[in-house]
Amino acid sequence: MPRQTTPGQDLTRGIWRENPVLIQMLGLCPALAVTNTVVNSIAMGLATFFVLLCSSILVSTFRKLIPSEVRISTYILIIATFVTIADMTLEAVVPEVHKALGAFIALIVVNCMILGRQEAFASKNTVPRAIIDAVGTGIGFIIALLMMGSIREILGYGTFLGFPIFGSNYEPWIVFILPPGGFFTIGFILLALNWWERRKLERARAGEPPAGAAVERAA
Amino acid sequence: MSSSRLLVTASPHLRGPASTPKIMWNVVGSLVPVVATAGYFFGFGALLVIAAATLGALLTEMVFGSKGSLGDGSAAITGLLLGLTLPPGFPLWMSFLGGVVAIAFGKLIFGGLGQNMFNPALLGRAFLQAAFPVAITTWPTGEEGWWNLSPTQASLPLMGAEVDTVTGATPLGLWKFERIATDAVDLLTGAIGGSAGETSAVVITICGGYLALRNFLNWRIPAGIFLTVFVLSGALWLIDAGRYPSPVFMLFSGGLMLGAWFMATDMVTSPVTSRGCWIFGAGIGALVVLIRNWGGLPEGVMYAILLMNAMVPYLNQWTQPRVFGTRLGEAAS
Repeated sequence: MPRQTTPGQDLTRGIWRENPVLIQMLGLCPALAVTNTVVNSIAMGLATFFVLLCSSILVSTFRKLIPSEVRISTYILIIATFVTIADMTLEAVVPEVHKALGAFIALIVVNCMILGRQEAFASKNTVPRAIIDAVGTGIGFIIALLMMGSIREILGYGTFLGFPIFGSNYEPWIVFILPPGGFFTIGFILLALNWWERRKLERARAGEPPAGAAVERAA
Repeated sequence: MSSSRLLVTASPHLRGPASTPKIMWNVVGSLVPVVATAGYFFGFGALLVIAAATLGALLTEMVFGSKGSLGDGSAAITGLLLGLTLPPGFPLWMSFLGGVVAIAFGKLIFGGLGQNMFNPALLGRAFLQAAFPVAITTWPTGEEGWWNLSPTQASLPLMGAEVDTVTGATPLGLWKFERIATDAVDLLTGAIGGSAGETSAVVITICGGYLALRNFLNWRIPAGIFLTVFVLSGALWLIDAGRYPSPVFMLFSGGLMLGAWFMATDMVTSPVTSRGCWIFGAGIGALVVLIRNWGGLPEGVMYAILLMNAMVPYLNQWTQPRVFGTRLGEAAS
């Protein structure tokens, strides 16, 4: 039996403590590939959020009907359905962004983060809880993508959401809009996070033991 | 126990006089004439670029490095070498940034001196090349006065040039894009355009030769590089002298001299075995010829050395000498 968690824990777990990109290292492919501008990051984050939420609802609804032998392929089919919807919607509403994201919209199907939430949570929990979990994880994904997109756009173009912030004479760091810049940025963020976590741990060890340290992972 | 006359210690019992700081400061000393030559040919601006890169490297080592690591001189070498690979009119803040990146991401992130896989100075340059591709290929003509700074140099941090500058070309660029060969005498003395350290082949060879004589670098690496470049480009030149530059030009142009003597021979990122050093040198030479003749960039020494740096662990493994008393390939346990 999985330990029960409160709805609040379900929500915040995905946003911070088990952030899909920054902690679990899932969904790194879109996080590295399409975060060269803030707009692309937001579009990618929202599309993934939509797919994750809808598939979680559907998988959770039919969790008792899906035979466990073919559950992965069923999840993939459900996810692919919503990816197609997201793909076509983006193409109709914001064609430029759709063009910039290219194949990476279709590749949401194979985003481990989404499949992971179906397998680990939605298929074992009620619909309301699956919704809360999907919202938390989706927000966590958007936050991570936004962090990367902001750093890369500010350094790589000298702009934020297209508005110049350093004046016209800014010398862009081209490397940050190229693929190596994605790896650099995620490396920077992980370095800072781990340094911060470790310092927190060391302070806790030096002082009193942290209160309520371990909240069990669901499933 | 302490009164016992018998001292029991682990080997080694005999130690050579060389130590890491001694070797490193010797390398720094041998770079001084190279830096002076850069100053002579390119003016005060080149010295400022080298100083900015060195300052960036030293400050980063001081702030993030382990205690006392500043004294071993390795950060100074990295900064000097990085400065020598940059164009003399390079903006100073970019140069400083390169020094920071070289030490922080080329060395300290791997765990400090002795742990890094890639030559830190070249890694810093590779970062600058990817980040500022235009600035790093803007070569001053060298016809301004000695004290005149290029207007781009003093640009504020994060900012680019406000004025267009007169730019020259490097011998390799001239060959690549216009098929103009540079006189061999100019190449030897250093009266050519290019990075601050791409000047006199003679001065660099004397400085590197001093280190090789003191055994502070493995002579097999530069020898392997020069031989391979000479043989391969010689063969190509004999096939079609109009399309491929002469082997003498290949040897003495660009950063080959500086790279072969000072960067490929970095003790941390080169193989430990003699056979490994030969293969390492030959690999760099072959890659240089390949990139210069068929690559998109006029110069390939940096990428050649970095690529071969990645091969070093394998070279060390493949060329392990036979342990006395065992057959080749047999594990000595």
